[in-house]
Amino acid sequence: MNDIKVQVRRYIEDNFLMGARGRSVGDADSFLDNHILDSTGFLELITFLEEHYRIEIDNDEMLPENLDSLLRIEAFVRRKLAPAMQDVTP
Amino acid sequence: MSFGPEVLALDCNAEIQRISEWMIDSLANRLRRRGVVVAISGGIDSSVCAALAVRALGPERVYGLLLPERDSSSDSARRGELLARHLGIAFETHDIAPALQALGCYRQRDDAIRHVVPEYTDAWKCKIVISGGLERGINFFKLVVQSPDGAQREVRLPLRQYLQIVAATNFKQRVRKNIEYFHADRLNYAVIGTPNRLEYDQGFFVKNGDGAADLKPIAHLYKTQVYALARHMELPAEICSAAPTTDTYSLAQGQDEFYFALPHAQMDLALWAHDHQRPAAELAQALGLSEAQAQRVYADIEAKRRTTQYLHASALLVEPVDGVVKLA
Repeated sequence: MNDIKVQVRRYIEDNFLMGARGRSVGDADSFLDNHILDSTGFLELITFLEEHYRIEIDNDEMLPENLDSLLRIEAFVRRKLAPAMQDVTP
Repeated sequence: MSFGPEVLALDCNAEIQRISEWMIDSLANRLRRRGVVVAISGGIDSSVCAALAVRALGPERVYGLLLPERDSSSDSARRGELLARHLGIAFETHDIAPALQALGCYRQRDDAIRHVVPEYTDAWKCKIVISGGLERGINFFKLVVQSPDGAQREVRLPLRQYLQIVAATNFKQRVRKNIEYFHADRLNYAVIGTPNRLEYDQGFFVKNGDGAADLKPIAHLYKTQVYALARHMELPAEICSAAPTTDTYSLAQGQDEFYFALPHAQMDLALWAHDHQRPAAELAQALGLSEAQAQRVYADIEAKRRTTQYLHASALLVEPVDGVVKLA
């Protein structure tokens, strides 16, 4: 799961930036402040996270501090996956 | 420095005169059409637009359309007819439900709803509400359904179902616009668009639906000012007092439930304050919000402007095409 950041960056670059020249996403870049995602874009991202990592994101977790940069998403997804991973980790 | 609703005070006589002159000049010198078609919803914006057109052009050059469908409130149709009779304009009612049915509007919408509420049927009612906004979150949408026995519940809408419900209901505004342009073409008239400043600035319209028009006479006026014009022109009292709704879903949906962060009178002041570079602390004081909430309202105004640029945009071109003359 070390590659959460890599996978989400690839998803964002493929899905939203479509390889447009001169645009990339830094680890700590705010998607909101840098106008990378609009409100529909966030909903797409949330759908991707839920489907790809088989997690459910609750209404009260839909917060910028959980979702508004690659670093924050990585930390959030790790927390969401933590119980499941403990089950399988010896 | 504090401010209040007085910043939106309007010299109604002067404004009516200004809009009248602009409308006559636009029709005679630029659009070259002989009158205007106005779709009348029974709400304040279309009522004021129709009344302004009558002031400018006389009732004989204004054609009113009442375009109800299955989910329209019967109150809307009644108020619309009341207004048309009050203004003395020719009008007709065209029920667009059969057209919407044939296009699959209701079926596509209900299929998406049943994905999240399998027991939903025609006997149920629904609306979409926004969540997030003034709280700290990321905006998302909830579906509110009401079963025939009156029990309501809310579910968060997954993206695909949200988009499909909105896409299906957008048929309503686009079909209405089709009919407006049929009559405009038939009469050699122009079509009036009825957004107020909040709706126009914040992109609260359907592209090529209610957003399409030849003239938008109140796009520069705050909703508060539109109400002031309605009272000044002595429109029927129940039109002047009607609360803004979208009249698009079977459950009554306030515009501030679906789109705007605040009720319209407060939203007007927020937009005014934002555009006059007033600090968030002053807006907070004017509206009784915390400074952090006022800042989020400002951020939401800016985000909506960015997100809805696409709605305002004409088709993009690789390069300008020589010889195409734009209306000055």
